[in-house]
Amino acid sequence: MTTTTLTAPLTAKARQGNPLARRLLIVAAWLTFALFLLLPLLVVLGEALKQGLGTFFGAIFEADALSALKLTLLAVGISVPLNLVFGVAAAWCVSKYEFTGKSLLVTLIDLPFSVSPVIAGLIYVLLFGAQGFFGEWLGDRDIQIIFALPGIVLATVFVTVPFVARELIPLMQEQGTQEEEAARLLGANGWQMFWHVTLPNIRWGLIYGVVLCTARAMGEFGAVSVVSGHIRGYTNTLPLHVEILYNEYNHVAAFSVASLLLLLALLILLLKQWSESRLQRLKAAAGEE
Amino acid sequence: MSIGKSLLAVIASTLIAGQALAASELLNVSYDPTRELYVDFNAAFNKHWQAQGHEPLRIQQSHGGSGKQARAVIDGLRADVVTLALAGDIDELHRLGKLIPEDWQTRLPDASTPYTSTIVFLVRKGNPKGIKDWNDLVQPGVEVITPNPKTSGGARWNFLAAWAWAKQEYGSDEKAKEYVGQLYKQVPVLDTGARGSTITFVNNKIGDVLLAWENEAFLALKEEGGDALEIVAPSLSILAEPPVAVVDKNVERKGTREVAGAYLNYLYSDEGQRIAAKHFYRPRNQSIAAEFADQFPALKLVTIDDDFGGWKSAQPTFFNDGGVFDEIYQAH
Repeated sequence: MTTTTLTAPLTAKARQGNPLARRLLIVAAWLTFALFLLLPLLVVLGEALKQGLGTFFGAIFEADALSALKLTLLAVGISVPLNLVFGVAAAWCVSKYEFTGKSLLVTLIDLPFSVSPVIAGLIYVLLFGAQGFFGEWLGDRDIQIIFALPGIVLATVFVTVPFVARELIPLMQEQGTQEEEAARLLGANGWQMFWHVTLPNIRWGLIYGVVLCTARAMGEFGAVSVVSGHIRGYTNTLPLHVEILYNEYNHVAAFSVASLLLLLALLILLLKQWSESRLQRLKAAAGEE
Repeated sequence: MSIGKSLLAVIASTLIAGQALAASELLNVSYDPTRELYVDFNAAFNKHWQAQGHEPLRIQQSHGGSGKQARAVIDGLRADVVTLALAGDIDELHRLGKLIPEDWQTRLPDASTPYTSTIVFLVRKGNPKGIKDWNDLVQPGVEVITPNPKTSGGARWNFLAAWAWAKQEYGSDEKAKEYVGQLYKQVPVLDTGARGSTITFVNNKIGDVLLAWENEAFLALKEEGGDALEIVAPSLSILAEPPVAVVDKNVERKGTREVAGAYLNYLYSDEGQRIAAKHFYRPRNQSIAAEFADQFPALKLVTIDDDFGGWKSAQPTFFNDGGVFDEIYQAH
């Protein structure tokens, strides 16, 4: 009895480690955070609001900015669902089946993480550009891929491929195939099994992956820049529009649109936080069982 | 389900809207410093075009480093007209893309160049490093800002202006190469386009002198106010000729030849020339140029055709892979 009461606070203290080192580390972490993240964010907002709210909203509701917003949301709206389907399918294959080339597939899913986005963009120029592999065929049929919406979507899809799959693979591998097998034995068809058994199990991981995917799709600059053609009010996404405004000495407008992008990112961050906490709780519950 | 349907509806309507607009659209693919010029010119041309009884026009602009923009048009960016920084880039549209005929430059007056410019120095107020001419750029401790000649047309004019001065000053190509080599050793940042370099110099306050298009230098002065910067005119510079062309293959596909031709011709009109001068380009029309004579310093100018044998010779000699620029830039 006495021993336990004595050891409990001791281990807690031991876990906390040297109090000075701990404090220093926390201070350093906060300082880094403030200096490299908080300060730039404040500068963006400060610059945006320098000439008052009128100019701020003027820049955001300007026709080119609105068309950039529309294009960004459209690109996100197409590429995220595509990657959602691909991510679930890939994670399903990897975690539920055994096949040759499985580890190759897992490696390839990560490719966009290691390839520079500029190269991702150039790949599509080489494939679909007028001088590219399919260039002549597409030109004869008057189909435009790069320097138009399809190219922007393709580039966005490429850079955001890993997010959903990466999130789901470990989760689904951990859960194994027992529940699905049980569903099968009870007479469920494939679709029922997926809808009633698999999906509820991966729901929060899926949302988390989609949120990350959305954030990246919205902010992508490099790959989209290569395939956009930079036509004002037509093929400029929000990040490209920010750069254009900045290059036109239009700093307040550039920072206003940047803060719009920032606001969207913060919204997504909140969603991520929420889904992450649900995921944690789910994992904890699974651990207790 | 309804979300999916409405998303599809949005996509479909955007695509249809894009189609419907296509009839009265014109895409001008241009280089970096012309942004402000074409905002004004497009508005003026649209008025002129409608006064002639046509539908209102939606003129779209794309800007970037001149070489990069030419590359995009070759790769399939559907420009009706290109208004680039130098003839060499438009030549590529013929050589690599077969988008225009080889003799494109003879189709409009003044070798298809409605306005010209030159290369000047932009320095910090009071000229703290005492930069007056090209030889001052290679003084120890002077940082020079200029974009990358591989991607930027302005950068190629910069390079050739420096070369022309050094060749006249020191008398040989060997010495000129040495001078330009030293010059590029003092460049801390090579941006891809002229506007990037201006931002680096003016906003990020890097470097002591910016080699800039005259129009770009005047614009920076206007945007930043005269209390931070001043323009220095060197003893010798180059007549920078940014030409324009209709992209035949694209206008045939889109059925926009008439409006594209009218658009470029309007650059030569009195109003077009005045708008160019207002944006600090030197007008070709002598009577309009006289109206703006106070604005532009008289400079001794060499030309690309007389001193370098035209872009067809200068481009491969200096800027293509393995050219002079590669030699001097790899050396350091």
